[in-house]
Amino acid sequence: MMDGVTVLTILVLAVFVGFEIVSKVSSILHTPLMSGANAIHGIILLGAVIVAGRADDTATLLVALVAIVLATINLVGGFLVTDRMLHMFTARSNDSGRK
Amino acid sequence: MTLISADWAAALYLAAAVCFILALKGLSSPRQARRGNLLGALGAAVAMVTVFLSTDLDNLAAILIAIAAGTLIAVPVSRRVKMTQMPQLVALFNGVGGGAAALVGLLELDHAAEVGSSLAIAFTILIGAVSFAGSCVTFAKLQELMTTRPIVFPGARWVMILVTALAVTSVVAVAVTASMPLAITLLVLGLIAGAMLVLPVGGADVPIVISLLNAFTGLAVASSGLVLGNILLLVAGTLVGASGTILTRAMAAAMGRSVAGILFGAFKGGSSAGSTAIATDRPVRSATAEDVAILLGYAQRLIVIPGYGLAVAQAQHTLAELTVALEARGVEVLYGIHPVAGRMPGHMNVLLAEANVPYESLLELDDANSRLKTADVALIVGANDVVNPAAKNSPGSPIFGMPILDVAGAKSVIFLKRSMRPGFAGIENELLFEPQTTLLFGDAKETLSKVLSAVKRT
Repeated sequence: MMDGVTVLTILVLAVFVGFEIVSKVSSILHTPLMSGANAIHGIILLGAVIVAGRADDTATLLVALVAIVLATINLVGGFLVTDRMLHMFTARSNDSGRK
Repeated sequence: MTLISADWAAALYLAAAVCFILALKGLSSPRQARRGNLLGALGAAVAMVTVFLSTDLDNLAAILIAIAAGTLIAVPVSRRVKMTQMPQLVALFNGVGGGAAALVGLLELDHAAEVGSSLAIAFTILIGAVSFAGSCVTFAKLQELMTTRPIVFPGARWVMILVTALAVTSVVAVAVTASMPLAITLLVLGLIAGAMLVLPVGGADVPIVISLLNAFTGLAVASSGLVLGNILLLVAGTLVGASGTILTRAMAAAMGRSVAGILFGAFKGGSSAGSTAIATDRPVRSATAEDVAILLGYAQRLIVIPGYGLAVAQAQHTLAELTVALEARGVEVLYGIHPVAGRMPGHMNVLLAEANVPYESLLELDDANSRLKTADVALIVGANDVVNPAAKNSPGSPIFGMPILDVAGAKSVIFLKRSMRPGFAGIENELLFEPQTTLLFGDAKETLSKVLSAVKRT
């Protein structure tokens, strides 16, 4: 565990950053935003890898590997579909720029 | 033996956290959004490389194989999914993330040294499991594997109270005893609670639940960061938890509902207002596709109001073609997008972008309402509740207070509808009986292509 005060400081600051960022997002982009935020919490993969890396019996390792597969789907899939959605916005804005 | 020191690793994790913040910030403008998302992916890649270089990992081959397997599942699914199915895919990705967090928590229990750690672990397990089960039920509802209507059984409320009480007790018990059987019980309780949370939510409110569960998974990840002593997990999870909470509230406000009302409304009973719909034989004016084509062809300004029905009928491409044909005749075509049009907030924008409608012609609520006052025609495709004046005029109505697109100012209003059936909220729409309203019945895609060919002929 980290030092309690440090953790609390980081936590509170991150909460405010999270509030600030989203209050400015255009409602046009709510779906990609939800999907993008969704991809970011796929970083739990990092936790799953650490846990699997110190697993010392088969059962623990198997559960950790399941967690890795699930987290990878979240992380990789999340960024890919967000990119696909956003690509459609950008592709079109280039088109209309040419007109 | 590790390749980089703990200090370097901390610096790289910080860089990844900054990438995540910039990624979310980038999403505030359509032009920077894609770059923002790529920056987020870069941050994730940096973090993953860092963990491999800075941590002494056993079972390396198995870990890499598991990552490869996850990637092999995720890539084709993400490439092939239709834009209309996006909400359920987001729900599914969210669920697996929550599941992963719960499992990480469970496995860390043996390493927990103090009550604080065990408490964070118990929290991770509970929230992760709620998010996983809730997202699975959400997915099933959106994919229509089960009914989209609220599911309430007698005594559901008491079961929910009981499960919640047991879960809270187990959290305390796991924190104190760090017992594995108790932790597994907690996991199961979390799964039950997650399913029970979403089952009574009706189809129209499901998007808000996705957003809420997204915030939940964020919190579970943040808490797992506490458990593992990893700042990046803490920061990333908290960012998602905080932004998800704000987004959920914004969406609920756009529908004129409260988050608590959505989650617990069905338990109280009487939340679904199906009974208020009066079966009427009042006269309405219906027209043919040719009549509509003439009305549209001679308009100067047309505002299209697309709704959920458009997405169901997959008619967004036909609508876009019609727009192009009308613009060629000199008609100014704009789209009025209600914040909750489609199956999740902002979904309609994605569907229209896919059909190559430029985002400059998509108007947000306030902008659309000021333009509607000077519009010749308002064309409503597969929408109903978002234009229902009952939200403004009848305080007893379940949608009272929801901001609507006010089409009353337009010279004529054309409704493309499947039938006279009321919309999702089950409320009669007075607008249908107004003198300036014309109705064209049928499947949105079929009627739109009829109108399109009629426009091309005239």
